[in-house]
Amino acid sequence: MTLPRVLAACFHYGSSGTYLPVERIVGMATVSFKDATRVYPGADHPAVDKLNLEIGDGEFMVLVGPSGCGKSTSLRMLAGLEEVNAGAIWIGDRNVTELPPKDRDIAMVFQNYALYPHMTVGDNMGFALKMAGVPKAERDARVMEAAHLLGLESFLSRKPKALSGGQRQRVAMGRAIVRQPQVFLMDEPLSNLDAKLRVSTRTQIAALQTRLGVTTVYVTHDQVEAMTMGDRVAVMKDGLLQQCDSPLTLYDKPNNIFVAGFIGSPAMNLISGKVNESGVEVGDYTVPVPRETLAKASGEDTLTIGIRPEDFELGDHGIAVEVAVVEELGADAFTYGTLAGLSDDEKLSAPQIVARLTGRTPPQRGTTVRFIAGEGHTLHVFSNKTGERISN
Amino acid sequence: MIGMPRILSAKPDSRLIPLPWELPLTDWPTDHLVALPRGISRHVVRFIKVGNDVYAAKEVIQSAAVHEYRMLQELTREDTPAVEPLAVITDRRDVNGEPLMPVLVTRHLDFSLPYRSLFSQGVRPDTVNRLLDAMVVLLARLHLIGFLWLDVSLSNILFRRDAGEFAAYLVDAETAELHPSLSDGQREHDLQIATTNLFGEFSDLEAGQLLDESLDPLALVETITTRYRELWAELTGVEEFPGTELDRIESRVRRLNALGFDVAELDITTSQDGSFVTIQPKVVDAGHHTRRLLRLTGLDVEENQARRLLNDLDTFRFRTDQQSVDEALVAHQWLTQCFEPVVLAVPAHLRGKRDAAQIFHEVLDYRWYASQREQRDVPLLDAAWGYIRDVLEGLPDEAMDSRPLADGTRQLANPFDPSQGFVDDEGEMPEDPWETAAEEEPEPTGVLDIAALRRGKG
Repeated sequence: MTLPRVLAACFHYGSSGTYLPVERIVGMATVSFKDATRVYPGADHPAVDKLNLEIGDGEFMVLVGPSGCGKSTSLRMLAGLEEVNAGAIWIGDRNVTELPPKDRDIAMVFQNYALYPHMTVGDNMGFALKMAGVPKAERDARVMEAAHLLGLESFLSRKPKALSGGQRQRVAMGRAIVRQPQVFLMDEPLSNLDAKLRVSTRTQIAALQTRLGVTTVYVTHDQVEAMTMGDRVAVMKDGLLQQCDSPLTLYDKPNNIFVAGFIGSPAMNLISGKVNESGVEVGDYTVPVPRETLAKASGEDTLTIGIRPEDFELGDHGIAVEVAVVEELGADAFTYGTLAGLSDDEKLSAPQIVARLTGRTPPQRGTTVRFIAGEGHTLHVFSNKTGERISN
Repeated sequence: MIGMPRILSAKPDSRLIPLPWELPLTDWPTDHLVALPRGISRHVVRFIKVGNDVYAAKEVIQSAAVHEYRMLQELTREDTPAVEPLAVITDRRDVNGEPLMPVLVTRHLDFSLPYRSLFSQGVRPDTVNRLLDAMVVLLARLHLIGFLWLDVSLSNILFRRDAGEFAAYLVDAETAELHPSLSDGQREHDLQIATTNLFGEFSDLEAGQLLDESLDPLALVETITTRYRELWAELTGVEEFPGTELDRIESRVRRLNALGFDVAELDITTSQDGSFVTIQPKVVDAGHHTRRLLRLTGLDVEENQARRLLNDLDTFRFRTDQQSVDEALVAHQWLTQCFEPVVLAVPAHLRGKRDAAQIFHEVLDYRWYASQREQRDVPLLDAAWGYIRDVLEGLPDEAMDSRPLADGTRQLANPFDPSQGFVDDEGEMPEDPWETAAEEEPEPTGVLDIAALRRGKG
């Protein structure tokens, strides 16, 4: 694929405090975090700990993780809103670690998107360029181009009063696009939308990003959002990068127990059991584990096996599960239960076992069924000592 | 039966319960609503009547509503000018049982002036500069307590008259974050947002023919950065001077007091040989004059009003030759002999035009001009009557400012919602293929469709 070379304008403050347009050729807008670390004053461990992440030119990178994992802080370090205490951040061939936000040639999307009622949709998109002193002809061209990308051409001369929520979002995107930044940054941009608008907007953002080819870093706590939008997804926890891979690799080969449990909805079943010579014991059943995998865990008495809900198969042998809830969703049925043979107290704290069964009559709630695991289906095996993946 | 809405509130107001929460705010009967001028908003916002009070109600998703409620509570606790949060109404359902957005309820700020109503009356350039000054002071005060606003705009501020100046109040904290302290990058970012938003707002006023022709949006916003940096440097900057100039410590404190700030903690370091001294304010609190006036008289007023009243108190002390008498005693005399008679002279039906401290300030101004004109010392009460007759009678009501926004030739499309522009803007909107496509999206299930992902990216 040839990369688009865009003639873009960037701006810096002149001595009088005004923006001066400076024409230049945009180079490779890669983003690199190099051992980037952020420690908040008084905190006992870093909010972001030696983050190393290479984001390719034009790539859509999603940072995801639970609250407090450091994803938002990482984005803000890139934006220049958080100090970098150690390490560095590069955009293309520029070390931006010490640069103020306005000199980084980035655009934060959706930060604020009040639409001005007396101005046309076009002026609503282009007003910041006017402030930056971009000549009218160029402003109009950029607004027209953005409107074309956003399907807003026929709205350009309209007042925004009758725009729907989704259309308003697009005008907000237009504001960022006309600036032609090297990198788009989006920090939970959909968090204030209702569920339906969230889904349609995320599809639109992803499609738009592909067409624009502008490097984008996107932060969300929602792994479904991350998996459906990102070219690659970086999973973080406690300030540490856990894994950065394509969505499918994250799903098929999670590096550790955390990523395995975090990615996927419903989540992967993670069951810890005693190791014997042919596998891992779960109740009265031994989940078969290849010999070479077991060999990697010599010295560990127990291991955690991970089975995605769709990797279970109903059978006459297998893990015995007491079914508590059956939920039919289209052609599939999700069954939720706990390992059989637990006391009522134990059930309360026992991990939920979820199976996604296709194309046959689902089991009844209250019954005990057996799920075949391994035996030709994908099985993930993790060390309990390190939490790391040991299966292939 | 339809489930009842839940009300989250630190100070529950039972009058909120019977309101028609089962209706979207856009459909509320107008007898519950008040058409007050306000800024533009991306959410549905209405002013609602609750007994004799007016509250602002905003429809917003739950997490945002609760977040903003907490942020506003923090600001109230920190004594930073912001609207007071009252409640979050959740679990709303319409008559068909369909869920409705939660509503955040805040108290309407009496005597507050949204920028759009100020501008619709025609604003002098120096008034605009005062508004910007007030905004810059508010932003600096927020930054001092670690409050990152992220949506600084005139629409998100209410102004109150403050003697000859304005005081700014925060009204929207939806995007805000509270940090132990802010980095330079964070403050710069807020400043950049302020500049961009204000440029947009001034341009919008210009497009709506509400901005005086002599005012240029770009020139207006260029001053914001300069003003903010100057104020921030004074509030937090390090100052170094020779050890022989120790009076510069006192000067710095006085300059900060003059700006309306108290120094609660000043960091002073001396070089080994004592030849150089470095000072830096560590904790500064706004409201220097407000606090002093409150302590002396119990009057709780804006900062510049307090400054003016304190000046008059000092003059009173001097005129009555009581320099050696305890200040609190003199303050009590001033309150009963000067302030209260003036305020009581105002007939009840005129009291909604200005708050008491503002009236007193304006009477002092009136007296000064009258004395100049008549070449004599006009007594305070005479001045008060003259002011009421010549000035106050003709002023619009500002306790609850409900003057129409436009100049009368153009009507708002919806008197309760300025975000919808004017009635004569235009009619039908064109087809939008993206909207049609979005409508066809399936209802979100929350389940990760891994098969679709494999098809798409495999």
